[in-house]
Amino acid sequence: MTDYLQIWEDLGLDIDRHNTLLDILPGVYQDVYLSQENRPEGMKYFDFVVSEIHGLRVKELVEHKEKGGKVFGTFCVYVPDELIIAAGGAAVGLCGGTDFSIPAAEEILPRNLCPLIKSAFGFKVSRTCPYFEVADLVVGETTCDGKKKTWEIFGEHAPMYVMELPQCKEEGDKELWFHELYRFKDKVEEVTSNTITSENLIEAINIVDARRAALQRLFDLRKSDPTPISGLDALLISQIYFYDEPVRFTNQVNELCDELEERIQKGEGAFSKGTTRMLTAGTPMAIPHWKLHNIVEKSGAAIVCEESCVGTRSLTGETESKGDSLDDLLESIGERQFKINCACFTPNDERLDDIIDLAREYKIDGVIQYVLQFCQPFSIESVKVQQALEKAGIPSISIESDYSMEDVGQLQTRIEAFLEVVG
Amino acid sequence: MKVIGLDIGSRTIALVEFDGQDIVNFEITDTGANSLERCRKLLEGREYENLVATGYGRHLLASHFGSNVVTEIKAYAQGAHFLYPDARSVIDIGGQDSKTISLNGNGGVLKFEMNDRCAAGTGRFLETMARVMGMPIEEFGQYALSANGISVKVNSMCTVFAESEVISLIAKNEDGRRIALGLHEAISERIAGMVRRVGLKQRIVFAGGVAKNPCITRLLSQKLGWGLTMPEEPQIVGALGAAIIAYRQIADS
Ligand code: SF4
Ligand code: SF4
Repeated sequence: MTDYLQIWEDLGLDIDRHNTLLDILPGVYQDVYLSQENRPEGMKYFDFVVSEIHGLRVKELVEHKEKGGKVFGTFCVYVPDELIIAAGGAAVGLCGGTDFSIPAAEEILPRNLCPLIKSAFGFKVSRTCPYFEVADLVVGETTCDGKKKTWEIFGEHAPMYVMELPQCKEEGDKELWFHELYRFKDKVEEVTSNTITSENLIEAINIVDARRAALQRLFDLRKSDPTPISGLDALLISQIYFYDEPVRFTNQVNELCDELEERIQKGEGAFSKGTTRMLTAGTPMAIPHWKLHNIVEKSGAAIVCEESCVGTRSLTGETESKGDSLDDLLESIGERQFKINCACFTPNDERLDDIIDLAREYKIDGVIQYVLQFCQPFSIESVKVQQALEKAGIPSISIESDYSMEDVGQLQTRIEAFLEVVG
Repeated sequence: MKVIGLDIGSRTIALVEFDGQDIVNFEITDTGANSLERCRKLLEGREYENLVATGYGRHLLASHFGSNVVTEIKAYAQGAHFLYPDARSVIDIGGQDSKTISLNGNGGVLKFEMNDRCAAGTGRFLETMARVMGMPIEEFGQYALSANGISVKVNSMCTVFAESEVISLIAKNEDGRRIALGLHEAISERIAGMVRRVGLKQRIVFAGGVAKNPCITRLLSQKLGWGLTMPEEPQIVGALGAAIIAYRQIADS
């Protein structure tokens, strides 16, 4: 690890605090991940990525910058990686998934904000995440109020750019979004000093589509019973999706999928056949927020799908090319994104349909709605989701939690009881 | 054949010995600082063919005694069904959490609700408030009833805020009995809301330590508009359910 000390110092990290953070992770990873049984061989790569969480990838990004490349930090699947990659930039997801950095955020921000925002903000102000420090531009969006207003303060600590995301799904909203895509394209060109052409954009779309297709393939394989991979492992891959080098990631996921296909052929799985199958639905789970999956799977059930932006929402739609001109391409990107049904939109009934479709496709026994504390959009929408599930005759439970460990005992009881009811 | 059910709660541990027909024996003790040690003592000298644990400490016990585990939800449903075969709802308010369960005619769980991490609506809320008012918890309910129905409204449901609210009410020289009644009303309303969410059906069994509080039982039954059935020993319902499950495990195998 000492290899990276120079890099971290150069990035201006608070080394002591950062060391404390890095000391916590291996133990947690051992307990949560490495203790699992029947893991596929192909997980080795992802274990390696985690062991290098602030190492190798950061080094790559630093090297990318030394060669004149730029790095963009993002927080939402609506921010188009395609444009960043087309201009020779690198995109990394910056959502925070640990309570380690929350106290630093709470020195500034109100406490009643969702932990995802606080964790990310805390990383920036306490200088404990190299990804924030390596970013040339942090790209926010106007989704929930929590994020939208936090960006105003975030901008005091980092170069910040905000995309205006509409709140409805009408034609006028699409127009606004297309306009925002153009505005973002100009910004990316300005930051990278590169021009986005239809050639490099097509190339970038192909990279991003291939990455999405690989993850989709993984999700499709999880429809088998027994599921060839644990929910924990699949969640980890969905998390790494946001910051790994995209082409390498795609290859690794595809390799893993080859192995999983063999497993399915042989009838092998991460759990035994007939294990209770769960779908989770709700707010994103940023790395290393593995709490829910850990509790559920240690209680003997398998999570076979996540309806979340760290999950199916990042897989939504394919880019259906309308043509090869830049305008056509931008429009296809926007069209694809508009199929992502996030609770920040209203009305958002399509999400209810999505969840019910997933429940059927993945042949699940129950749905666990998971909402981070203080997330208004998803928390309010969970009422409608529950009604829809009830109507469809699908058992569900709603859980609100955060990154702390205080409520683990209680969650365990509620989840085990839910499994007793559906199992 | 004898089996044992153990309910290791945050405040008390209950043990039930069961022979498939009747409760042969039971014991309730404080959880104390070392619950495992308490359990060991409780189990000392007892003979049994199966042991099932429930409650917060169930996994801890299982890892040391090799017992099986069930959640409190299932255990309370089974226990209540055994005592009252026509029970269709269970309210259980314990020290650390509260739950409401709706059950079918076989004691199976249909739906349940549990308080989130916050202590509002649990025995701990009452305990904290009794302490603030310098009252032994056992007498708190009776004391509230002696306000003769006139209460001071307590607005906060959060234990922390309610505590300071109570302190300022005391400072204003409000009648302690009326404050106590206000607190009981607040918590009953909270529990009633939770009960309504699972849908209420007769007969309603009220179990857990708080069922011993006469003021809560009265207010809750008023708010729900239905009578509540209090088992003679409301604190052993979970352990009884665990014992029944323990018995069935042996009988089935
Ligand atoms: S949940 Fe909504 S705001 Fe969050 S990443 Fe997904 S689309 Fe963006
Ligand atoms: S989880 Fe909810 S509150 Fe948090 S950033 Fe996402 S939408 Fe906003």
